[in-house]
Parts: sequence; structure tokens; C-alpha cells
Amino acid sequence: MEVTYLKAINQALFEEMRRDENVLVIGEDVAELGGAFKVTEGLLEAFGPDRVIDTPIAESLIVGAGVGAAVLGMRPVLEMQFADFISCAFDQIVNMAATMRYRHGGQVACPLVVRAPSGAGVHGALFHSQNPEAWFTRVPGLKVVTPATAYDAKGLLKSAIRDDDPVIYFEHKRLYRSVKEDLPEGDFLTPIGVAEVKREGRDVSVITYGGTLHYSLDAARIADKEDGLSVEVLDLRTLLPLDREAIIATAKKTGKVLIVHEDRLTGGIGGEVSAIIAEHAFEYLDGPVVRLAMADTHNPFSPPLEAFALPDTDKILKAVRRLAAY
Amino acid sequence: MKVVRASEALASPASQAGLETDLQLYYWMKLVRAFEERVSRLHRQNKIFGGVYSGAGQEAIVTGVCASLEPGDVVFPLHRDLGVFLLRGADPGRLMAQLMGKEAGFSRGKDSFLHAGDVEHGVFGSTSMLGSSLPVAVGAALKFQLKRESHIAVAFFGEGTSSRGDVHEAMNFAGVRKLPVLFVCENNRYAYSTPIEKQMAIENVADRAQAYGFRGHVCPGNDLLAVLQLSRSVISRIRGGDGPALIECKTYRYHGHSEHDPALYRSKEELVAWESRDPIQTYELYLEKKGHDLLAVRERTEQQVQAVVQQAVEFAEQSPYPPPQDALTDLYATPAGRSSAR
Repeated sequence: MEVTYLKAINQALFEEMRRDENVLVIGEDVAELGGAFKVTEGLLEAFGPDRVIDTPIAESLIVGAGVGAAVLGMRPVLEMQFADFISCAFDQIVNMAATMRYRHGGQVACPLVVRAPSGAGVHGALFHSQNPEAWFTRVPGLKVVTPATAYDAKGLLKSAIRDDDPVIYFEHKRLYRSVKEDLPEGDFLTPIGVAEVKREGRDVSVITYGGTLHYSLDAARIADKEDGLSVEVLDLRTLLPLDREAIIATAKKTGKVLIVHEDRLTGGIGGEVSAIIAEHAFEYLDGPVVRLAMADTHNPFSPPLEAFALPDTDKILKAVRRLAAY
Repeated sequence: MKVVRASEALASPASQAGLETDLQLYYWMKLVRAFEERVSRLHRQNKIFGGVYSGAGQEAIVTGVCASLEPGDVVFPLHRDLGVFLLRGADPGRLMAQLMGKEAGFSRGKDSFLHAGDVEHGVFGSTSMLGSSLPVAVGAALKFQLKRESHIAVAFFGEGTSSRGDVHEAMNFAGVRKLPVLFVCENNRYAYSTPIEKQMAIENVADRAQAYGFRGHVCPGNDLLAVLQLSRSVISRIRGGDGPALIECKTYRYHGHSEHDPALYRSKEELVAWESRDPIQTYELYLEKKGHDLLAVRERTEQQVQAVVQQAVEFAEQSPYPPPQDALTDLYATPAGRSSAR
């Protein structure tokens, strides 16, 4: 049966809440409304107000209270209504949650999930379009995941909820209803920290995640059909910890790497991936490691401005062709 | 005299008679004072380094509040509440080792001072971002409410900390849900060098409680009996489902903000005035009135606490540092990735 990316997340929440009575859902408008995007629809009816909790507008409190409940044995799934608002909870995430286990010398764990709808291309402008993952990928103690398929959306959320560490789960809102897949019955997990080759290839590697996976796959198909190019697409899925083995393997395999992400170019995870390749696969490279990302600007509102700033299938295809010809 | 945990002292049959409890409470205040004085001395000797924050002068607050708690309650102290660790049953040797950065400390060397907790005894460490512990305490109280447990969460903070946004968010949510959380404000009139007039426009932090839908109480923080009596009655109402409460204890710190701070922004007269209301001295007058032989009690207790402190120092000094590679451990509970080497 075909399940949307959004429904897959909803299913994961249902299944994990049924499986473990300590799993809670906490956030703004998650209970009564079922979520601004309907991701948490039906949970209140199924599990009651002691498991699905509406809060005041207070992101710092949402995460901080999540920490307090988590260290006492609960497994809260905390929602930031838009990923952009995660900045309001920044201190609680990076200084409280991420350091809890470390500064307590391993006495305690902090098993919480922060769900954050991120991503551009929905006329969201500056504060409903951000991809804030790079603020968190440099913080030890956290895990950061970015599913791009319905399968991984479900599998990664289940893994995140069962994980005993704080996991930041960026779900891409443009994919909510545009991505539809057949999902297997029963329980399945996508492991955290493991990337996946979504399309095998020999000539060029495209390393990507989240909002640009499907554009990359489209570009790979066109390159194959029109140019006879064999493009490998590696979906990182987890940004912290990065799957260094998979990154190095694909770089060694093709010798030509294009990194694509919807986050901005400067300071995005693409820089980290490039450095890993430069250090560990240098002798296998047949061309420079290239990055294609959102321009170093804010997410503009007016459609021509937004289109200019963001990566898309066309831009990825051009970059793949240029690299293949190097 | 057999020493029991502060909260157990009040539950014991002997507490009915009052005498046993009186001396227990005296012991705890004296221990907190002696421990912190020794920490200050070790800091001057460069045996304890980094940030050291003394709560000298404020002992009645941690003692009165903690003596009113039960074993399942959880506490979130801040940097001037070292006494909380001792009162909740933390091993004094491990606490001293914590301050010296030794492996036997609660952080196993990872963080300094009181940022680690003694989880076994329900004490959780905060960060340096003052006020960040209040939402966490509220989350703990939320857990107790959802699971229908009779425990409470206690968060300590100063009048300076009360200016931070996290404090507002925490109190607001606690009030909305009537969570079982006690907010204890130690108002010592200075946040580092910032006097209270620059910190807030009103006189009492406790007056804000009403704005969040619960009760705030002002209390003379150097009067142990006043703190104790108020804590017991407030805590019993919280445990009965009444919702949160705020206790504001007026007090003064004898030392500077940290041991590095000579506190020149305060007047000598002010310090002397507060020293004349010393919590331990004040309580000694009460013991005398109750018929105790104060000189004997004082001498005996002083010996007892100094022995505890000395033992703690010796344990900590002999304790090894953690191995250097431990800088990389305790980051994650669940190993992730292909090679789950962590």
C-alpha cells in the first residue's frame, strides 16, 4: 500500500507509542489539532492526554522539559512546529541535552527526539524554510538524521525513539505529500549512522540527503538516458555521525564526487564531507570535490528569488555533466 | 550520634521528641559550612582549580529545604548549592574528588564543580546557562504527574537567574499544568557585581508567582527554622496536588561571586550586618534555648564534621585522575553507525 512520507511518520509514532508506554509526544498544537501539518493526527484519541501534550509557545521549555522527563525514564518526542524555531531551543539542545550524559560521567542517558519540519520550496520565506541541521552536526552527544524517503522517515524515527541519546530528526516538509512509497508490513528500522546507496553508478557520485535526494535521482536518470552517464547517488540519511565508510567508498569507486544539499553552501555539511574525501580518498580522485547547495543568502519569499537560490534537478544535472567531463 | 540523611532525620521516631532532629539539622549546616570552607582553602592552595563558588552564609536554605524532602524527590541545584549534594546523601569523598577533577568524581573528570549530579540520590547537575535547569525540573515534575507518582522536583536559583527567559517559560508551564515542582529562590542581593536594583524592578521574586497562577512565599533565609517550617508546609501542599510553589529566601553570600572575586562592589558594613545574622549562630541560640549544652554540642559537632571533611580530602587527593582518552567517553549511550565502537 502506498504511504506518504507524512503518513509514514504518523505510523512510526503510532507504532512506537503502542510498543512503549513511556513514549510521549509534546509540542505546540500536537494534541488537539493533530499538528500543524497533521503529522500527529489521531494520537490524542488513541493514547490520551497523558501521552500527547499541548504546550504553550515555549520551545526552550519544550526541550528542557523533555530532558527532565527523559532522564527519569520517559522517551519524549518533542516537536518544533517549524525547524526554524529550533533556534529558540538552541541552548537546551546543545548545552543541556547534548552534555547530560557526558558531564554526569555516564550516570544518566537522555533518550529524547526533537522532530523538526525543515526545508524550502514551499513559499515559506525566511522563517518557515530553514534547513538548520548544520548548527547541530558539530555537537557531540547529539545525533542528527534527515530522512528523504517514506521508508527512511518511518525507519529513522523508530530508531530515533528507541535510541537512548538525544536525536534531532529533520523531516522535510516539502516531501510530506509529494513522496509516496509502498512500505513493508511490520516493524522495520533504518539504522542511525548508516548511509544508503539509493542508485548505483560508476562514473560520478552524488552525495546528498533530505530535500535534494529526489532531485539528484531525477538528474541521475536524465544523465543516464541522455548522456549514458552512470551516476551513483548516496543518501547520507544521518548527518551525525556521518557514515565515513560509505562516503569514502563511493569516492573511491567513481573518483568524481558532487555533494548536494538544500542547506547553504558555506558551513553546510558538504564541507565536512569534502574534507573526509580529500583526506581519505585523495589518490582515487579524478576531479575536484564539488559542492552544490543553496546560495549563501536567506530563504527569499518571491518565487523567482527562491528558485534562484535553491538547488534543483537542472542545476544538479549541469554540475554532474561538468564533473563527468573534467 | 549516628548521622542519618537530613530527610530521614525528620521521619525518624526520635524526631517526635525534637531533640534528635535539632542536632541532626545543626550537624548538616555545620558540615556544609566546613566542607565549603575547606574547598575555598584548597582552592587558595591550587589543589582545586577552575571556578569555585561558595555558598557560605546561605546554609540554612539548602538544609531547611532538603530536610523536608523524601527519597524519591529530585533536586536541581545551582553553583552555590553544594550543600544539596551532602544533604541528599552524596558521598563526601566523591564530591571532593569531583571538585578535583578525579575519576571518582560524579563527572568522572568531565565537568567541573556542580555541573554533574549524583543521580543515585536524585540530584541532577545544571549547566552554566543559569535558569536552564528550571525547564528540566519542570520536565521531571511532568513525569511525576503523568505517572501519578507522589514525588516532587525542586529547582534552586538566584534572584539574578530569575531574569532569564527559561525561568519564565518553566514557571508558566508549571502553573498551567499545576505541576509538582518547588522553585527555591536564594535572593542574596547580588548577581556577581549586579545589585538587585539593576536586576529587577520589584522587591520580591516571590511576587511573580501569582502571575503564573501559583503562590510565592518570602522567608528569612538565614533562619533555619523558618525555612524548615515553610518548606514542610509548602511541600506537603505540592505533594497533595496543589500545584507549584515558589519560596524566596532572603540571604547573603559571604564570599564573592567566585573565589576569584574580592566583591569590592559591596560595602564592609553590609557584610558585617549580615554576618551578625549568621544562620549557624542564629540556630545555636535556638539550641541553647531548647536546653542543649551549646559549647559541648558545638565542639562535638565541629570535630565530627572536620573528620568527615578530612576523610573526604584524603580520599580525593589519593584518587587518580581519569586516563587521558576518557576525554572521548560518555558521549553516547547507544552506539550508532556501522562500527558501533563507542
